[in-house]
Amino acid sequence: MSRDAIFGAIRRGLRRGALPEDQAMGLRARLIAHPRHLIPARSRVSRPEQVALFLRNLEKEFATYIRVPNTHEVPGVVADYLAAQNLPTSLVMAPHPELQNIPWVERPLLQLREGRASPDDLVSIQHCYLAVAETGTLMLPATAERPTTLNLLCDTEIVILRSTRIVGAYEEGWDLLRAEHQNSGKVGFMPRNVMLVTGPSRSADIESTLELGAHGPRRLHVVLIDDDETAL
Amino acid sequence: MLATSPAFKENASRAMADPGLQKALARTRPQNPAKRAAAVAGLPEFEQLRDIGRDIKNHTLAHLDFYLEEWEANVLASGGHVHWCSTADDARAAVLKICQAAGARTVTKGKSMVSEELAINDHLEKHGIKPIETDLGEYILQIRNEAPSHIIGPAFHLNREDWEESFRAVHTHLPKDRVFAEKKDIQAEARTLLRDKFLAADVGITGANFLIAETGSSVIVTNEGNGDLTQTIPRVHIALATIEKIVPTLEDATSLLRLLARSATGQDFSVYTTFSTGGRRPGDLDGPEEYHVVIVDNGRSAMIGTEFQDMLRCIRCAACMNHCPVYQTVGGHAYGWVYPGPMGSVLTPTLIGVDKAGHLPNASTFCGKCESVCPVKIPLPKMMRHWREREFERHLSPATTRTNLAVWAWVARRPQLYRLATGMAARLLKLVGGSKGRIASLPFAGSWTKTRDLPAPEGETFFTRYARMQRDEA
Repeated sequence: MSRDAIFGAIRRGLRRGALPEDQAMGLRARLIAHPRHLIPARSRVSRPEQVALFLRNLEKEFATYIRVPNTHEVPGVVADYLAAQNLPTSLVMAPHPELQNIPWVERPLLQLREGRASPDDLVSIQHCYLAVAETGTLMLPATAERPTTLNLLCDTEIVILRSTRIVGAYEEGWDLLRAEHQNSGKVGFMPRNVMLVTGPSRSADIESTLELGAHGPRRLHVVLIDDDETAL
Repeated sequence: MLATSPAFKENASRAMADPGLQKALARTRPQNPAKRAAAVAGLPEFEQLRDIGRDIKNHTLAHLDFYLEEWEANVLASGGHVHWCSTADDARAAVLKICQAAGARTVTKGKSMVSEELAINDHLEKHGIKPIETDLGEYILQIRNEAPSHIIGPAFHLNREDWEESFRAVHTHLPKDRVFAEKKDIQAEARTLLRDKFLAADVGITGANFLIAETGSSVIVTNEGNGDLTQTIPRVHIALATIEKIVPTLEDATSLLRLLARSATGQDFSVYTTFSTGGRRPGDLDGPEEYHVVIVDNGRSAMIGTEFQDMLRCIRCAACMNHCPVYQTVGGHAYGWVYPGPMGSVLTPTLIGVDKAGHLPNASTFCGKCESVCPVKIPLPKMMRHWREREFERHLSPATTRTNLAVWAWVARRPQLYRLATGMAARLLKLVGGSKGRIASLPFAGSWTKTRDLPAPEGETFFTRYARMQRDEA
């Protein structure tokens, strides 16, 4: 039995048997408390500075963004972006209530289909769970309302983010996910898949030179809804 | 993978005479250290984070059995499957069994060095299952039937013309007159062709940068998105991981992730850092139905409690090889097995035996650069020295080396004789060096002086100079 052999060899190396129960309890307490380590100072700033840091990092990683004051503006800026980039107006959208509540009918030219992405979809609209200012990273946990394929199969991914959902460090994101996401039954809080996305896809495999547009989206565009008054 | 490590010296000579490789090395040699330095400069806490990274890994290794059990329980609770494998044979059999149960004809693969170590591709092919590498660098290596030469930039030894030649030779259904004017044309062709492979595959195999005990997750870090397509589209996802990849919590993984991309590519964070936990949940619109982790020992557990335990901290960033004067001269293939550079020089003898890989820990100038850039502070030069000692103890080093060392040791243990001999040598070499103070050729060191001059001593040994300075001060 490989399992027994591996545990046996590890314990021989550590010169002990199974971990004594008192020590195991201490380690279980550490897992439950999941203590934070040092968090870089760069994201420990005021709310407006955090949002500015997030946007700076987005641009540094070759993503683009536009800020709008409320959800009513979203259909217009999405339509304008598609026109400017010469992209089709048929889109696949995450079936998320926050996206469904956007008044898309104001732009009847936009054809929205809800669901997972198919190989023929060129543009996706994804709901951003939260974003991390530290590196301009989007946290996209997979749920029924947030399919993973929207982050992968389309040439262009448009992400809708509310500024109240921008946090400083990754650790704040994990704590929000722990507090807000529950699975059924015994399964812990972790969704099946959590993608941390920082800019559009790229590769440096050919002559160590960075080229955008590897296997994932070639473009990543963030529509930031400024719903956080303290961040303005 | 058949090891050519015993032929390191011949491999190295061939590598130094290979114009294509030397062109590639000249390109990356200054680039990678500069990128890392810029990323490190952007994070003032980087040095503190290195200590934290080392401590997290040390804590985990000291309780490895406990964290593996916790991790296993959480994988099972989230509906995943765990396959324990002591040896490479066990792991190959486990992967094949999952693929066969899934009725797999094609398997897409994300980049995984463990998969190289286990030679998974050969095993699948032997049983009629077609593995398709999807990382751009791994894809071309599969076409060319070559091994990776670097653990994160597997095809860095190739030049643009090699890519074009291979693509034209293999993608024969595409127009012959198509233009590869730029690198992005090559990348675009691979993207288009591989898209269909992602969609058709029955199983996706990825590696794992981390396993997380708290949640039962496996983590992959990529820039291309190929790993995510590999683990999202097919019905079955297999994550291949070795036992030392485990960390306790998301917070522990996060601290190590702050070090990983900066040390590896000089990015603040890689484009896709993805945490997978179990298979598709009720209501999910996509994702694999089955999630398997093939967890492999293959020699790691035997390192615990030895002077090589610290090597298990390695997070495979490649900073050591990017900064190594030896690697940067001979490239990765010369090392002759899966893991090149300083980390390979320590790891390879443990995994394939010091009798086969004894040259590798000797292929070091002991400049210490690898240790100084290692994100988890692995004392690589010290461990290479341990290997040299073991090699000597087991009488594996060549007779001339042993005789020379014995002569030196005999002299060095006789201080008066030693000082007399070194004093004479210093004066003699000063004379040979002449007014320029440089020696253009030396008997017994011809190949060393062929490409450079030896700076001549100034005619005085350290001991005499030190004594003189002490006297002068007094």
